[in-house]
Amino acid sequence: MKMNGAQILVQGLLDQGVDTIFGYPGGSVLPIYDALYDANIRHILVRHEQGAAHAADGYARASGRPGVCLATSGPGATNLVTGIANAYMDSVPMVAITGQVPSALLGRDSFQEADITGITMPVTKHNYIVKDVKELAMTLKEAFYIATTGKPGPVLVDIPRDVSGGTMDYEDPGPINLPGYRPVLEGKEEQLNKAAAAITDSIRPVIYAGGGVIGSGAHQELKRLAELLMAPVTTTLMGLGGFPGDHPLYLGMLGMHGSRYANYAVCESDLLIAVGARFDDRVTGKIESFAPDATIIHIDIDPAEIRKNVRADIPVVGDVKIVLNQLLPRLEAKLSGAWQQKIDQWKKEYPIGYEEDNDKLKPQQVISAIYKATRGQARIATEVGQHQMWAAHYYTYTRPRSFISSGGLGAMGYGFPAAIGVQVACPDEVVFDIAGDGSIQMNIQEMATAVNYQLPVNVAVMNNGWLGMVRQWQELFYNRRYSCTELVNPDFVKLAEAYGASGIRVTRGADLKPALEEAIRNSGPVMLDFVIEREENVFPMVPPGESLGNMIG
Amino acid sequence: MRHTLAVLVENNPGVLARVAGLFSRRGFNIDSLAVGRTENPDVSRMTIVVEGDDRILEQVTKQLHKLIDVIKISDISPEEYVDRELVIIKVHSDPARRGEIMQVADIFRARIVDLGRKTITLECTGNNGKINAFEESLRPYGIKELVRTGKIAMLRGLRFTSVNGQKDDD
Amino acid sequence: MEMTVAQALIRCLEMEGVEVIFGYPGGAILPVYDALCKMGSIKHILARHEQGAVHAADAYSRVTGHVGVVMATSGPGATNLVTGIANAYMDSVPLVVITGQVPTSQVGTDAFQEVDITGITLPITKHNYLVKDAGKLPTVVKNAFHIASTGRPGPVLIDLPRDVATETIKLDYPDSVSLRGYKPTYKGHPTKVKEAAQMMMKAERPVIYAGGGILNSGATGELLELAEMLSAPVTNTLMGLSSFPGDHPLFLGMLGLHGTRYANLAVTKCDLLIALGARFDDRVTSKISSFAPDAGVVHVDIDPAEIGKNVQVHVPIVGDVRQVLQALLPNINKKDRSEWLEQIQNWKEQYPMGYARDGMLKPQAVIEAICRHTRGEAVVATDVGQHQMWVAQFYRFKHPGKLISSGGLGTMGFGLPATVGAQVGRPDSLVVLITGDGSLQMTLQELATVVEQKLPIKIFVLNNNCLGMVRQLQEFYCERRYIATEFSFVPDFVTMAKAYGIAGYTIKSHSELDRLLPEILSNPDAVMVNCLVDPQENVSPMVMAGQGIDQAIDC
Repeated sequence: MKMNGAQILVQGLLDQGVDTIFGYPGGSVLPIYDALYDANIRHILVRHEQGAAHAADGYARASGRPGVCLATSGPGATNLVTGIANAYMDSVPMVAITGQVPSALLGRDSFQEADITGITMPVTKHNYIVKDVKELAMTLKEAFYIATTGKPGPVLVDIPRDVSGGTMDYEDPGPINLPGYRPVLEGKEEQLNKAAAAITDSIRPVIYAGGGVIGSGAHQELKRLAELLMAPVTTTLMGLGGFPGDHPLYLGMLGMHGSRYANYAVCESDLLIAVGARFDDRVTGKIESFAPDATIIHIDIDPAEIRKNVRADIPVVGDVKIVLNQLLPRLEAKLSGAWQQKIDQWKKEYPIGYEEDNDKLKPQQVISAIYKATRGQARIATEVGQHQMWAAHYYTYTRPRSFISSGGLGAMGYGFPAAIGVQVACPDEVVFDIAGDGSIQMNIQEMATAVNYQLPVNVAVMNNGWLGMVRQWQELFYNRRYSCTELVNPDFVKLAEAYGASGIRVTRGADLKPALEEAIRNSGPVMLDFVIEREENVFPMVPPGESLGNMIG
Repeated sequence: MRHTLAVLVENNPGVLARVAGLFSRRGFNIDSLAVGRTENPDVSRMTIVVEGDDRILEQVTKQLHKLIDVIKISDISPEEYVDRELVIIKVHSDPARRGEIMQVADIFRARIVDLGRKTITLECTGNNGKINAFEESLRPYGIKELVRTGKIAMLRGLRFTSVNGQKDDD
Repeated sequence: MEMTVAQALIRCLEMEGVEVIFGYPGGAILPVYDALCKMGSIKHILARHEQGAVHAADAYSRVTGHVGVVMATSGPGATNLVTGIANAYMDSVPLVVITGQVPTSQVGTDAFQEVDITGITLPITKHNYLVKDAGKLPTVVKNAFHIASTGRPGPVLIDLPRDVATETIKLDYPDSVSLRGYKPTYKGHPTKVKEAAQMMMKAERPVIYAGGGILNSGATGELLELAEMLSAPVTNTLMGLSSFPGDHPLFLGMLGLHGTRYANLAVTKCDLLIALGARFDDRVTSKISSFAPDAGVVHVDIDPAEIGKNVQVHVPIVGDVRQVLQALLPNINKKDRSEWLEQIQNWKEQYPMGYARDGMLKPQAVIEAICRHTRGEAVVATDVGQHQMWVAQFYRFKHPGKLISSGGLGTMGFGLPATVGAQVGRPDSLVVLITGDGSLQMTLQELATVVEQKLPIKIFVLNNNCLGMVRQLQEFYCERRYIATEFSFVPDFVTMAKAYGIAGYTIKSHSELDRLLPEILSNPDAVMVNCLVDPQENVSPMVMAGQGIDQAIDC
């Protein structure tokens, strides 16, 4: 059948099971949009391409299916860069499709031309520019395969306008053959045996679980492992929800803003089982003194992660879920003992907490209230900053894919468009974006998208009039020289109203519950402006460059 | 038409990425690219073989010039120059055929650099044509592995391509 | 004097004469912000998204002629700059972009907020640096400003790891640069200049095609003199607009895809095309084989790579446009070309720029009214889309450097932050933003910056409830199959303005326009004006893809 490139693209998307794409039109993607006109694919029109990339990312994290975003050449493509980098750092499967100027105009600095494959080389798992319509179907198939397998990540496909407009007789592209890309899924027997032996020998094991647990769907295996070994589990920010937050073996998050008991447990462990985590600098603190006495088992799909930052005594390369299923039969149940008692002691001694104040609204209090009002069942997206850490501490995540946050890149402005993507993927669930007043402004334009599609996203702004996290650093490490961190803000309630959304301002603890209930009941987007204590800090904290054991606050 | 460019660049990290990125984004075709340091440790030299007509060559030269780290570009193709490429080829070889292979090596003045039970590894230098011919001659024996360096080239006689050289082709 | 690299950086910026930095703080850039605060010598404009900061720095540079300076943190801070850097690169705007980076020991480990920004920006910077050696910082800054502002200007990025920023060095700022790979040519080759002069004197139907290079090199006076000496009509690219007086009888307006018919006809029929600081972009030439088919071409440009890139040139002159024109002018004499000018006048009368002033408020009428009430003297920033073309067609700029628009990259969302930079750079000028409802939404967070900095900009939204330009393309190329271009929801811009503490107006009719404009334009503070314009209006004329520029259609 004669089809043009755009129709082949749409057919390829349908073959991949894509039902939703997030995008913004423009000259170079016109043929693709025209093909979408007839297609059974939902297109969500955002208000800035950054919103499209983050929404596709949020959609992927919530659903487990690859997110797809679409933008035009030039500024459309460059506007995706932050969102692509974000997906790359957090291993989110995403396919970004960009229009490009016609092949004949390539390399001539043409109108709205940007070398987006060159630009995104450092932030994509792979990228393509399709120079011949005959290659399009196979390229798209490969793009989805690469994005979703191994360590997932974003793949960009750049399509010149003459290619999307060019015609050919369409035929199925056939099987994929990528000799340079063969992800290893199963752990090696030898390594598994070594790991099992080390686990059996250990007295003070700690499981350190990252986003890989969620990515591979290994949360049940992780729970079985922990319960079998009676081993406490700490998660990274990306791993939140990978282990039930209300489980007695749970230690909360570790690292710079981890719980004291998680960090102490890691410091004193004799065995650290790293599961789908990558020893990020925000997790390890000073590397030399990270888990100094522990044998380290590192299970990861990406061989390059092993020994990248920290020694790994027993590396096991493979898909976390498959590897855990291989490992579990080799292990015997252990009983609770002195180690567990010590941890319980730490938990009692150093609980995560804050000082309540009747006159002031505390951000921690707000998050706790959101937790209660949603009975822990909401999908929580966050922006980046203090509120992100509070959302990690004071909301208890009991299921995977319920905490959606920018971990590796730390992109302010991620949360709101991501929440839109989450709501699109989970139309019947309660979705919150926990935001700061700085972050929410970064992609505030997406309120029009939320209203346009009547997506009932609740935006909870922790409004302290500062770029709070940066201010906290300036307070602690720069003698309170607050350089360029105080903000003049819009009236968020009025702003919501300008968008035809609802706005609610909360200044007192007593109003929290009714306001949240009203927001949850509302069938459209709601902006909640929580006017919080201005100089509240995120504690405890490991100062940069220090060991996990040396926490302040 | 093929052109051989001698390109002097600052020996800075990332300079190869700058040059490679430029070729890719402007759609120029590189036939081969060889790079290494020069008599001056601050300066590296690339020998780039480009495919294209005069208009493309002009654009390649001008666009390369825009890179701050590119010091000098000479198209040496129209001049008298020496060019060499090194190839290492591992050939399947039963003891019975070893003699034949060594004869081929002799003809091309290639050297044997490794001898295995069933393989023989040869190195050969020469210009493009010679290397191609050498490769073709060995093909019937079964090439197991082959690696070429890409061409390097230098002007003959009193003509130079150097930072302050006598030949100014820019 | 011993100081930290961060302090040395600020000191170097002071020595480069930097008065303002646009930026957004974050972890990796904190040492530099701390030094900025401590030293207190340079004003910092806090944006609300790094994209806002870089567009503002870009516009600041366009109105002042100084190098724009922008600062952001590592990771997302840096990637959020990418569009703005690409925008400055395409429009040859001198910028120095300073980004924080994770400590050197963490570079390449996928650390928190780490991205390879020098890798990412390779294709869109004139040059970039990752500073690994503290002692090299002063030289890098010196080089960066030199490279950004000389030759064909462009953005230069400096990536500074946090540990390097806190090292101590002895600051010794170099007086001069030594870059053996970078030596721009300013003076045109005398033989070529003479050849060009001869061609100009011989030509019977010359047209001057002037681009942004005129403004960059400050050659507006020379351009005017040349045009009057030769009696040659002048057409501008979008980037070149305001380089030639909009009310001058020799002015043809803009050429190209949405150019005037008379400009496009003049170019098509001319026997000599004098291209000055312009680059034969595809939006200008359309089908190259029928672009100025009978003309000899003289091309003056600072960038040798532009010459012969898209069209064949008969007399190439590499050099600074102003210096070349100064060398050229003594070689030509006044020449009368009444026949050619008469022909042009006929075309102007036959194909005037216009629109039907009936029914709903017309966007063109809004622009004409603004032009009238500002006497063509305002600094006008635009976004990208139909409104941008209407500004190009209907605002007659009297003085150079007054149009601030994204030409090469065509970045929607450029406008609002650009007005921030323009007003900061020209605090006493009237700064007007003419934008569309799609574009404004892209970077509207910068309204907070406008308020914080008390910038009295005047924002006119030509609100047609759609992505008008793409919609227009769909009308002509996709048989009116409109998808993703008609907003089913547009925010209430007046209430939005109020949420930021800005006064808002709505204009629905031609009569309101003239009644309200004086009040709006004389308001001492920022104002948002929501102009509800005819959503059916198209940009006309238009050259369809692949057609010669003389084949424009009416839309």
